[in-house]
Amino acid sequence: MTTLSTADSHEHEHHDHKPKGLMRWILTTNHKDIGSLYLMFSFLMFLIGGAMAMVIRAELYQPGLQIVEPNFFNQMTTVHGLIMVFGAVMPAFTGLANWLIPMMIGAPDMALPRMNNWSFWILPMAFSILLSSLFMEGGGPNFGWTFYAPLSTTYSPDSTALFVFAIHIMGISSILGAINVVVTIINMRAPGMTYMKMPLFVWTWLITAFLLIAVMPVLAATVTMVLTDKYFGTSFFAAAGGGDPVLFQHIFWFFGHPEVYIMILPSFGIVSAIIPAFSRKKLFGYSSMVYATASIALLSFVVWAHHMFTTGMPVAAELFFMYCTMLISVPTGVKVFNWVATMWRGSLTFETPMLFAIAFIVLFTIGGFSGLMLAITPADFQYHDTYFVVAHFHYVLVTGAIFSIMAASYYWLPKWTGHMYDERLGKIHFWASVISVNVLFFPMHFLGLAGMPRRVPDYALQFADFNQLVSIGGFAFGLSQLIFLVVVIKCARGGEKAPAKPWEGAEGLEWDMPSPAPYHSHTTPPEIK
Amino acid sequence: MGTAVFTSSASSNTSSLNMTQGVTDISHRVYDLHMIILGICVIIGIIVFGAMFYSIINHRKSKGAQAAQFHESTKVEIIWTVIPFFILIGMAIPATTTLIEMEDNSEADITIKVTGSQWKWHYQYFDHDFGFYSLMATPQDQIQNISEKGEHYLLEVDKPLVIPINKKVRFLITADDVIHSWWVPAFAVKQDANPGFINEAWTRVNEPGIYRGQCAELCGKDHGFMPVVVQALPQEEYDAWLATQLQDVAKAKQAEQQALASTMNMADSMTLGEQTYLARCAMCHQVGGEGIAGAFPKLKDSPIALGDIKAHIDVVVNGKPGTAMQAFANQLTAKELAAVITYERNAWGNDTGDVVQVSDVTPEAK
Repeated sequence: MTTLSTADSHEHEHHDHKPKGLMRWILTTNHKDIGSLYLMFSFLMFLIGGAMAMVIRAELYQPGLQIVEPNFFNQMTTVHGLIMVFGAVMPAFTGLANWLIPMMIGAPDMALPRMNNWSFWILPMAFSILLSSLFMEGGGPNFGWTFYAPLSTTYSPDSTALFVFAIHIMGISSILGAINVVVTIINMRAPGMTYMKMPLFVWTWLITAFLLIAVMPVLAATVTMVLTDKYFGTSFFAAAGGGDPVLFQHIFWFFGHPEVYIMILPSFGIVSAIIPAFSRKKLFGYSSMVYATASIALLSFVVWAHHMFTTGMPVAAELFFMYCTMLISVPTGVKVFNWVATMWRGSLTFETPMLFAIAFIVLFTIGGFSGLMLAITPADFQYHDTYFVVAHFHYVLVTGAIFSIMAASYYWLPKWTGHMYDERLGKIHFWASVISVNVLFFPMHFLGLAGMPRRVPDYALQFADFNQLVSIGGFAFGLSQLIFLVVVIKCARGGEKAPAKPWEGAEGLEWDMPSPAPYHSHTTPPEIK
Repeated sequence: MGTAVFTSSASSNTSSLNMTQGVTDISHRVYDLHMIILGICVIIGIIVFGAMFYSIINHRKSKGAQAAQFHESTKVEIIWTVIPFFILIGMAIPATTTLIEMEDNSEADITIKVTGSQWKWHYQYFDHDFGFYSLMATPQDQIQNISEKGEHYLLEVDKPLVIPINKKVRFLITADDVIHSWWVPAFAVKQDANPGFINEAWTRVNEPGIYRGQCAELCGKDHGFMPVVVQALPQEEYDAWLATQLQDVAKAKQAEQQALASTMNMADSMTLGEQTYLARCAMCHQVGGEGIAGAFPKLKDSPIALGDIKAHIDVVVNGKPGTAMQAFANQLTAKELAAVITYERNAWGNDTGDVVQVSDVTPEAK
């Protein structure tokens, strides 16, 4: 589809005036440096959030209270969720956007480089505040990552103000990042790069960025109301003052459901790049993929109350939200069918990125199936707030979002570092992850169906066997991720020299640049054919 | 039965792998819906993953597969957009009819108000003007792994909700503090208890038995220790149970009157007070009265337990609005209230020497 001439890119390397050492990273306005910072930060958060998951699984290894007190257990579930959503998945996608979007659309850098620096560097501040609140008297947030009022207002620990402040900063960071993506994509495409020629990763991120701009302010409003309810005597969510606790859930999920798609749409883009590359065949149904992504994004605004079927909604509302939610499976199905059709009669090879992408399709689809089951309101009354839901959202977020991020890392690592990663270690990482993650999350479906509620530090005896199995899977999955760390460090330090285009079937402007990609991307616009 | 711990082995109806079919017509329909949707998902999964794995096995480069060139087909796209649409309509029809029936709360035979508070349930029988609290009965020793765990570990209460079978029982569900959720899997009833608002749900149980559930909405520290136990009885047994309960209520009222006139001594107060404290107060203020810094205030060496006795009585009897401190006026008998306040003022080195009398707490309570 596209080629470009980068004959002069070596010349430009000599003109780089980047500061050395720590200041290079603090002052950087370079999209690749900032992308790397985001990715490293997100991996650090992934390990911290993962360590909390290990605490949770250790406590749930057998019935009874062994390791932590219930109040601390609640802090672990809460902060694990917050860190994984806002600290691991979202920054990882922003990091990928920073690295890839300018290279993919033929731009030299992001449109707003100084804002880019700031949008990254406020994130460590936000998470330092959030994590430090765990060490305060009374402990950190313990009301679940969904922080339902009045548990998060009248009944919350004194550290709630820090939680609110941290969420505000994370939200500002996301909004700034999203604005940068939108401005870059709209204004900085190389001549000839029409919208319908953009790689799907760019498309899905453009739509994601609009979702972010639409809903992060809603989250900001929600936490602000929590703040004023707790500290300034308002009663948005307190019946005694004329408010309504269910109002909180409406506002939160009006943010929360689009947020779910914010964490999965870029994955669709990644998988739509990797599956064709290793099938050596063009993506099937490019335009229908674009339309499906846009429909999912639009529908995501009218399904929020499917998180709230048990709150006592009128039947008409329950039916409306049930139908809309079921409808989302249509465009999502189209995507899965398109990927399978892309593989059909291709010429397939199974390098690590492809393995993760295939695992993504299968396991994300399983998460989609349980999502469809959860949409059926009468059945949801049984599933709601049980481990069935925990299984569902970990299938779409871990084997969905995280697996796609892993796939992307392996796929673009040669371009980023200039070296091939260790394929053998990569495959070990894949197989260790894909087996352990299913031991970890699949039995949760059964636990939920058998009646185990989520967010409990202890459970009845009939749940003991499965919980033990789940915990073992959890420890194995956690340890497996250290292999990934080794692969990345090895690859950054050296290894087989990567050619400009290490994957035979890969398409896109980034593969026309040398590996590693020069510090400044396309300094002259590439030619788009 | 009354205050006995319920460990009867009547139909538990639990499955370790799948959703319970339950014991009501509605729960059976919900189970059927669940199985139908699961079946549809499995079939779609087999087709889609089957095609994918066929490709993975047969269209490998290592087997010499050459990539085909096709990359779009409007016809195919339309087909796989429309077919799922019809499958969804097929799912939506039974889901809609079941849902409409579940939400029909009219013409109930009995109405029971269910109130959640941290971390217990209260059941009020509307038609007979009596009610009681239902607390988890699993001893701390079992939770702390000191003694062996019983059969119904965490799913047993001191006093279960009792309802008759074959009657439409309507539940009016609300909460005193945070949001809780009242869930009995065997009835397919899960309804949030929202503070300040009332939700409705109903059930008609077909088989007598004991049915166990749990609070399903995170409600704070002891969310995992808030079971729901419902005993469904044949009508005659239910009537007999009800009659005993009403007698007990009358007796308790008499005892309250007598207690008013009696004088409580320090030793008896401390014994009853310690019992009450451990059962009802220690979950927040801790066994040694040390509290949890930043969350629940300490009582040992505290201004409230050592200071003005009237203020102390007031906070226990009427609670402290805007905090987790509940009003205990209706949760404890006047005797228990007096004893527990005496205990708090004299335990853990809080040696005030005060002995609170029943008459001290009743005017506040009324």
